[in-house]
Amino acid sequence: MATPASVHAHAPQGFIRKYIFSLDHKVIGIQYFFLALTAVFVGMFLSLLMRIHLIWPTASLPLVGTIQPETYLSLLTMHGTIMVFFVLTTAPQGGFGNYFLPIQIGAPDMAFPVLNMLSFWTTFVGFVVIICAFFVTGGAPLHGWTGYAPLSALPSAGPGEQLGADLWITSIAIFCIASLLGALNFLTTTLDMRAKGMTMMRMPLTCWSWFITAILGLLAFGVLLSAGILLLMDRNLGTSFYVPLVVVNGQVMGHKGGSPLLWQHLFWFFGHPEVYIAILPGMGVTSQILSTFSRKPIFGYRAMVYAMLSIGFFGFMVWGHHMFMSGMSPYSAFAFSILTMCIGVPSAIKTFNWLGTMYKGRIRFSTPMLYAIGFVSLFVSGGLSGPFLAQPVLDIQLHDTYFVVGHFHLIMGVAAIFGIFAATYYWFPKMFGRMMNETWGKLHFFLTLAGTYAIFMPMHYLGMAGQTRRYSQFTEVAYQTKLLPLQTFMTYAAFITIAAQLIFVINLFWSMFKGPKASDNPWESTTLEWTTSTPPPHDNFGGVTPVVHHGPYEYGVPGAAKDYVMQTDPATSTAH
Amino acid sequence: MGLALLFLIWLITLVSTYFFVAKTWWLPVGASAAAGWIDHQFALTFVIMGVVFLAAQLSLGYIVWRYRESPSARPVEYSHGNTTLEVVWTVLTAILFIGLNLMGSNVWASQRFEPAEAGAVQVEVTGMQFAWYFRYPGADGKYGKTSVKLMDPSAGGEAAVGLDTSDPAAKDDIVTGTMYLPVNREVNLNLRAVDVIHSFFVPSLRFKQDAVPGLNIPMHFKPTVIGEYEIACAELCGLGHYKMHGMVHVVSQEDFDKWVAAREAEKQ
Repeated sequence: MATPASVHAHAPQGFIRKYIFSLDHKVIGIQYFFLALTAVFVGMFLSLLMRIHLIWPTASLPLVGTIQPETYLSLLTMHGTIMVFFVLTTAPQGGFGNYFLPIQIGAPDMAFPVLNMLSFWTTFVGFVVIICAFFVTGGAPLHGWTGYAPLSALPSAGPGEQLGADLWITSIAIFCIASLLGALNFLTTTLDMRAKGMTMMRMPLTCWSWFITAILGLLAFGVLLSAGILLLMDRNLGTSFYVPLVVVNGQVMGHKGGSPLLWQHLFWFFGHPEVYIAILPGMGVTSQILSTFSRKPIFGYRAMVYAMLSIGFFGFMVWGHHMFMSGMSPYSAFAFSILTMCIGVPSAIKTFNWLGTMYKGRIRFSTPMLYAIGFVSLFVSGGLSGPFLAQPVLDIQLHDTYFVVGHFHLIMGVAAIFGIFAATYYWFPKMFGRMMNETWGKLHFFLTLAGTYAIFMPMHYLGMAGQTRRYSQFTEVAYQTKLLPLQTFMTYAAFITIAAQLIFVINLFWSMFKGPKASDNPWESTTLEWTTSTPPPHDNFGGVTPVVHHGPYEYGVPGAAKDYVMQTDPATSTAH
Repeated sequence: MGLALLFLIWLITLVSTYFFVAKTWWLPVGASAAAGWIDHQFALTFVIMGVVFLAAQLSLGYIVWRYRESPSARPVEYSHGNTTLEVVWTVLTAILFIGLNLMGSNVWASQRFEPAEAGAVQVEVTGMQFAWYFRYPGADGKYGKTSVKLMDPSAGGEAAVGLDTSDPAAKDDIVTGTMYLPVNREVNLNLRAVDVIHSFFVPSLRFKQDAVPGLNIPMHFKPTVIGEYEIACAELCGLGHYKMHGMVHVVSQEDFDKWVAAREAEKQ
């Protein structure tokens, strides 16, 4: 058992060592959380501007002025990039994973605390770099979060494709390095730092989800990093990895022989696992919360673990389903399509098991539980449009339409965000020592669930009707102009939903300082973080090393004194 | 709280389903030979996924309400799951998803694995920021040479695609900004792009294919209904992406022949 004793003997003194360059995984987790919170508000503000521009393309807005078509494209590029990297990858894994993985497995810290600090600060630098892209000459890039070459590789292909695009790539490269460091730390910690009795099959499903996410991160981010470096070389050193002989505005560019499809293969080899990086921790926390608040063991623990492992495994074999219309060999589309359908199977297993967990339980409707239930609903809705898009023949109509935008927003956007909200309401008492306000939490939940469905469900209708994505306005194509009333409805729904997020922010900060004091185990949960004090001491368990005797979700055990058995409770004959 | 949740989940489910079933917004009326097949596969997928959607959401709403905690609630059933059930729903889902996929494969194969029918109309489609150009090889059936050095997008037409007018095969090539096609005849397209990736998307004809710089992508389809259909670029190509718009006119063979003759006459 590796315990870096020198680091943990004494808590650091002084503000900078304690709160800024801290080696404590809990402080680092909170730093990641606040970075993601900042990023999500930037990303959401950008989407607000986009929604306004789509309906009132010529409106003059305070501070921003009139949004130009190219500015709209910059907004969508930055919205996508910031949300995917600095929110959906950062909060569930960097934030909650960092804070709770060591505690849930009974470790005093991550395996490599210095590496952990470095990975946070590297991520932070990446965020600063991408924000800078807004302020350089030409502004932020307009090539979309997928950055398809040659558009992303040619500075003359559009405004924002000069320095802004270089900063965009650099930021992503920095983020990749940070994620690789983080993934190594998560894997080592999970494999090497578990407390006595904490076998792999006794780990909470949250730990499994962070572990599998770390494997995906380790394999995926390296590829994106290399791809990004090649793209920088194409842009600045005259290489031709992605650019063939092209003519832009009548000017012959100096490239030849490169392949635009190479970028797509490399990008999606990362990009598809990335959607599971975003959603797997949400699945983990949903499982944990559904079991806790149904007062019932998780249904099919082993099936849940195998399902997550097979999602991770198949996740690396389906990237070509993003490229059915790209000019890739139509024969390979068959393979990618079948493998994509296969990934639907473990996803369905998880849904069945979540329903099975609540079935015949005693459901307590605390806010974390509401968000976990919302996650299941969104996961089903977003998941079921997958088998449409997995079929190449249907992609002929649906690819690059709003149907795709609706699909991925429901499943990897909103569902993943619901996972983050569930985790926030659930673990806030442990992290900050106080309870969040339940009434405001519930109001926030109902508005957000109804609001997000109102925004993203109509996108499926639009996509079927052929509304193409990434159009800054719908004034030029007659059949698309007819769909504007539905777009207008979505913009109003977005206003309400975004306003509802203020409830969350106020609740978060108010509760941090004014909320009622939390007990050590306010939800009557069973996992190790609820055995220690609130908030946990510097070494997590106050000098004691926990010993584990039970599986993670022993609720409603017949004959037990309470309706739950903590993982550290003495072994009994009835509980697992 | 359980009742409120049941109400909201059911409401969202039923309202969403209503607009799908009522076809308030739906695929545009198909006007090509493949449209029937594609729409059939879409409808099949839609029915299966719709049933699963309704079953999952309605039971989710019911379960959260039925098993809410209350003083009179029964004690929970202490259970870690059921292996038989896991196997049953795994196998069923696998058969359903993979079977559905295989059913759609024929359509894909017939469109993409086989070459165009003999006697198909030849059209070369060129995408550039932010316009589409269509080239017909003329009576000789051969496209003339093009050269990047001759490309002048601001001049439009032949100059935009860089047609080398010194090549004899180029003499009868027709280059237009609007696509004309004869009805009920297969069209053999060659898709090209000169600067960045574009995507040739004609929703009514159920046709979409990216045009990629450096590649010449052959693709074929058959329009079956006379009419005018809009082209929308479907791959982000720069600031003018939203206005990279064009028209396909599907006309009778007679009208098509007249149109070709008129263009050839203009050239002389």
